[in-house]
Amino acid sequence: MSKEKFDYFIKGEKGKYEVVIGLEVHAQVSSKSKLFSGSSTKFGADPNNQVSLIDSAFPGMLPVINEECVKQAVRTGLGLNAKINNYSVFDRKNYFYADLPQGYQISQYKNPIVGEGKVLLDMPYGSKEIGIERLHLEQDAGKSIHDMDPSNTYVDLNRSGIALMEIVSKPDLRSPDEVNAYIKKLRSIMRYLGTCDGNMQEGSLRADVNVSVRKEGDKNFGTRCEIKNVNSIKFMQMAIEYEATRQVELIENGKEIDQETRLFDTKKNETRSMRSKEDAHDYRYFPDPDLLPLKLEQKLIDDLKISLPELPDKKKERFIKEYGLNAYEANILVSEKEISDYYEEVAKLSDKKLAATWMMGDLFAMLNDKGLDISKSPISAKNFAELVQSIKTGEISGRIAKEVFEIMVESGDNPKKIIESKGMKQQSDPKELEKMINEILSKNKDKVDQYKAGKEKLFGFFVGQVMKLSGGKANPQLTNEILKKLLKG
Amino acid sequence: MSLDKEKIKHVAKLARISVDEAKVNSLTKDLNSIFKFIEQLNELNTDKVEPLTSILNQSLRSRKDEISDGKIREKILKNSPKENEEFFVVPKVVE
Repeated sequence: MSKEKFDYFIKGEKGKYEVVIGLEVHAQVSSKSKLFSGSSTKFGADPNNQVSLIDSAFPGMLPVINEECVKQAVRTGLGLNAKINNYSVFDRKNYFYADLPQGYQISQYKNPIVGEGKVLLDMPYGSKEIGIERLHLEQDAGKSIHDMDPSNTYVDLNRSGIALMEIVSKPDLRSPDEVNAYIKKLRSIMRYLGTCDGNMQEGSLRADVNVSVRKEGDKNFGTRCEIKNVNSIKFMQMAIEYEATRQVELIENGKEIDQETRLFDTKKNETRSMRSKEDAHDYRYFPDPDLLPLKLEQKLIDDLKISLPELPDKKKERFIKEYGLNAYEANILVSEKEISDYYEEVAKLSDKKLAATWMMGDLFAMLNDKGLDISKSPISAKNFAELVQSIKTGEISGRIAKEVFEIMVESGDNPKKIIESKGMKQQSDPKELEKMINEILSKNKDKVDQYKAGKEKLFGFFVGQVMKLSGGKANPQLTNEILKKLLKG
Repeated sequence: MSLDKEKIKHVAKLARISVDEAKVNSLTKDLNSIFKFIEQLNELNTDKVEPLTSILNQSLRSRKDEISDGKIREKILKNSPKENEEFFVVPKVVE
């Protein structure tokens, strides 16, 4: 496979600029209850109904850590090939905002629970390693609703205190495409691990995006801007593109870039300065006196490591080896755990390669069309495998298979039953076919003569006639063979 | 470390404490003398001393992941200066 070359630069009048991106991803930990309180984390509850006295910061309340959230952070760290720290500390990050009742967020600053790791991306120009700087546990804030009242903001604290993992990348990303691949890979790993559901619509995965630019070949980083709280991959990509172009324009006009926090306006498709965040980095962190340091026994870490499921990179390798898939196919089929499970079930019962082709073609197109996840597929893996096998054994042709597929989608029926009841079986009896072909040839004597005189294009015409007469059921390969034989004679 | 008037104003702003301009001078003086007192500790060499995180010899207490709290909206909202049936209501804060 020929490899493309990396080519994402912002072109200015004075040359090409490389874009340097680092991400701080906030991933909501999958847990029943919050990080430091027993309130539920379930999405979509009535406002302020999943709030305890701790989450709303009543005086005298003490936080008690949820051991499952700690384990989830460790699992995620292990999935990112990262160093797990046996000793970590919770700090208070101080700032004022209406949806932060404590006046500080409990986070981890100097001693995070997870240290350096790495994530592998498959790009068209080869695989690329993105460094992970750290992962730490912290509390989410509440939600401010600005559009329900012209002069007031409504605050819902249901999210307040839910556990987040902040995953900080090194500034290793160089294009919106790499950001897309990185987020998808992180999401995939966490979904395999079951540590974050990765649901971006519900805000389970959001990111702060750090962007700077530098002349191509420059070794030093430029001044960066941080774009806060972007909640979709598409918006991240748009924000990066806009922000990088803005910075290049400033540089080319001899102006300075201010290091600042910006927000991405999705309606206007632009980033702009958040003046209110002028003091944003003055957080006056200090260790939370309500919480002792978090010490992890090595045994706990080792046990969690042993119990990790097979992750996408490993699974991809295995799919290539075990099922004879190419890297492209394997990559797609391991991207979601549910997809890989479905594929494995199908591959066990049918031709592995053909199963991959049909899954990535017709099945994915149909799911995409209907906006369904594979777990909601109207075609069960077992039925899908039978369809693939019917094609493989020549019982039905690929064309008929598409028809059967459509009926399966509508009815959820078993393909064997459909083929049988609709008489869709492929005509593979050589004698029957020969009879049919002879009939066609004798009806089209003029065309046969023309063919024999050298007009070989007519072969397609004869095939078409056979298909027409057989209602598309003639075995194409056999038809070709017999036609050739009879036309020679 | 010494604090100047600007620093005092800045910290007050971050802490949302309003400081009377007339009081800034005396506050600066007071805080500086407090800092001076604390800084005596710097005379001690603590290179090989682990930071003390608690005077109790305990480790962090944890709990199981169970839902044991919440559904007390009325109680929670009761102390809010302004609220409706469902939300805390605060003056508009918007970017």
